[in-house]
Amino acid sequence: MRTDLAVVGAGPAGLAAALAACARGVRVTLVDAAAQPGGQYYRQPAAGLGAARPEALHHRWRTWKRLRDGLAAHAVHVLTDHHVWSAERTPDGFTVHALLGPEQDQPVEVRARAVLLATGGYEKVLPFPGWTLPGVVTAGGAQAMLKGGLAVPGRRAVVAGTGPLLLPVATGLAAAGVEVAALVESAGPGRLARHGRALAGKLPEGAGYAARLLRHRVPVLTRHTVVRAHGDDRLTGVTVASLDAEGRVRPGTERHLDCDALAVGHGMLPHTDLAESLGCRLDGLTVAIDPEQRTDVPGVWAAGEATGVGGADLALAEGHIAGCSAAAHLRGTAPGPAPAALKARAKLRRSAAALDSAYAPPAHWPEQITDDTVVCRCEEVTAGAVREALDLGAGDERTVKLLTRAGMGWCQGRMCGTAVAGLAGCPPAPGKRPFARPVPLGVLARQHPQEGPS
Amino acid sequence: MSESLTCDVVVVGAGVVGAATALYAGRAGLDTVVVDRGPVAGGTTGAGEGNLLVSDKEPGPELELALLSSRLWAALAREGLGRAVEYEAKGGVVVAGTDRALAGLEKLAAEQRAAGVEAVPVPPDALTDLEPYLAPGLAGGMHYPQDAQVMPALAAAHLLRASKARVLTGREVTGVLRGPDGAVRGVRTDRGVLHAPAVVNAAGTWGGEVAARAGVSLPVLPRRGFVLVTEPLPPRIRHKVYAADYVADVASDSAALHTSPVVEGTPAGPVLIGASRERVGFDRSLSLPALRALAAGATGLFPFLAGVRALRTYAGFRPYLPDHLPAIGPDARAPGLFHACGHEGAGIGLATGTGHLLAQVLSGRTPDLDLFPFRPDRFTEEAE
Repeated sequence: MRTDLAVVGAGPAGLAAALAACARGVRVTLVDAAAQPGGQYYRQPAAGLGAARPEALHHRWRTWKRLRDGLAAHAVHVLTDHHVWSAERTPDGFTVHALLGPEQDQPVEVRARAVLLATGGYEKVLPFPGWTLPGVVTAGGAQAMLKGGLAVPGRRAVVAGTGPLLLPVATGLAAAGVEVAALVESAGPGRLARHGRALAGKLPEGAGYAARLLRHRVPVLTRHTVVRAHGDDRLTGVTVASLDAEGRVRPGTERHLDCDALAVGHGMLPHTDLAESLGCRLDGLTVAIDPEQRTDVPGVWAAGEATGVGGADLALAEGHIAGCSAAAHLRGTAPGPAPAALKARAKLRRSAAALDSAYAPPAHWPEQITDDTVVCRCEEVTAGAVREALDLGAGDERTVKLLTRAGMGWCQGRMCGTAVAGLAGCPPAPGKRPFARPVPLGVLARQHPQEGPS
Repeated sequence: MSESLTCDVVVVGAGVVGAATALYAGRAGLDTVVVDRGPVAGGTTGAGEGNLLVSDKEPGPELELALLSSRLWAALAREGLGRAVEYEAKGGVVVAGTDRALAGLEKLAAEQRAAGVEAVPVPPDALTDLEPYLAPGLAGGMHYPQDAQVMPALAAAHLLRASKARVLTGREVTGVLRGPDGAVRGVRTDRGVLHAPAVVNAAGTWGGEVAARAGVSLPVLPRRGFVLVTEPLPPRIRHKVYAADYVADVASDSAALHTSPVVEGTPAGPVLIGASRERVGFDRSLSLPALRALAAGATGLFPFLAGVRALRTYAGFRPYLPDHLPAIGPDARAPGLFHACGHEGAGIGLATGTGHLLAQVLSGRTPDLDLFPFRPDRFTEEAE
């Protein structure tokens, strides 16, 4: 299949980019792994569930309607259920490689003159004793269950960790009839207030959540953390404790909360696998971009969480700007993005930076991880094994991986990378995952010009 | 954080060759310090498959070193390190797809046998007794019981620990100290000076840089290889299995991409698929053409792999010297400087022999093998 612009990811950034580029006369193919466009943010209930009021689970429903209607009105070619595993530079542009089908074993190639990466982000979850018990889910997982499956993870839940996502998760669960025993946030109450001005854009949203938390009588424990999750074969409760100014657990403040669900999250990390495979420069953990959202590889744009975690509104603005720029370069015209988008991007990036510094896991969280706590769930590597590797001479994530297999399994370290880096006492490094998802060897082999041994 | 240390030997490089050198030097009673700018096994060791092979070597000095190394690895395994380094005496099976390839394999095996290698011919109908999942229609093969495997990063880490040497990671050697008589006196690092009358260059692919810091030249070049790693599987591939053309690729001098399938299971479950070779400098970027060739070769040998998923791939840089032999031994151009690098794709396997021979030289004994073919200054002679 040939197209002008291949947009990877149909969340807010990808949708805005596809619509902007399509409106400027470019042939756009939008590729996404889910059954419907929307991404994690505008995740839709499966059609078979017959949701009567899906908008009850979303704020900004009007924005979603506008995007959805735009997609229907424009000639964007949408490929759902396409799982992209790699993107490659070719002599005449790019090839995006996807897998299709229930087994994800049918190869599809989208050839494009330009690529726009709107690959989004994924949740960061830091381990703690008991975190692998059934009943412990990620905050985003709980939200996805609500939005996509219209299901709740339990009857009495604790929502814990840090970050702006905890608020909608707590209120969403409460609205769905779950008793929320506590929202446990490790950031202190003063930190958000100190960033008030930059957060102006986010405040009405935050105030809305505060009112809802109050309405559902959700106790909010700031500067607290979950020390341990309890249960034999499934979760029965958690121990929470207060944190001191340095982020250490204050002895004697531990207390028990009964619950059968724990939704835990510590922020988001960007998906940069495809950008890395294409050779795009990263800035820390995020894809480096210029003011037009161009990466340093000609013909590759990036927008949304992949270029820095900042939420759906920022992703929409960045997607629009990227889509306009890509269309202009493909057609040889001037970009001309909507001035409102440029203004929104500048403001929202400031709020994102402020949120990022306000919400942080406790500084000493690795100390809370007992040696028997599993850190890498795919390969079942414990914190004790990681510490043993450090003692053997590993000083970074990669060497810990080599010596323990932490990060070598199915998720390729997406789940444990931050934890391993924390235990090693070094900053998290980019994932370096040449395959954005596993690919059958037969698919690779069939793309080879000659087969078989001589 | 600057400090000054004095010891008998400084080993530059905390890969498997440096680790083995430290181990045998320590056993010879030498006070050893290992220094590396990265972590343990941070270079080519960490990208290796862990092959301890005699099967892929033509008769000559490298094969002699491989046979010595093979005995030493087995001895280390018996001493109790086997489990920690995932040592497996699994044996190798080389298969030929055509009668012509088989004839070449049989000729090589006859020469190897004369040099002390066990090589047992396997008729086509007996191949599946050794490897039940092999493709039908192969012309025949050869079983090499002496081939074995270790997990390279674990091997480096545990040999270092067993060596009891002081290990200074994250510290870069910025210069080699030479006295007025030209003799080596130690190394300067970015955090202090290490005084020693002997310095071993075990910097692998970066051995040329370390040599240059001592004022001598050693033409080590990187030869890139990719390894494909599958999802974990129940044990289905019992040996290290490769196609007969692998030996020709190893010996080739071409800069272009060469691939020949090398397939093996691991104790942890994933199957490792090599081996590609290309000279492209230190370029780590993904090469789908190389990976496609690897996958085609592997599924050609084991058709069931077509339905198995590759989870990841990684690149490594084999330290390559123009005549495909490592540099091992004293450097006549800089008294006190020793080299132990340039093992190309065989460094894990050849590490024990290399370390053992160097320890013999460092402690003033006659090495078990003649080091003349490995002399580090042989390329300078050629240039003159």
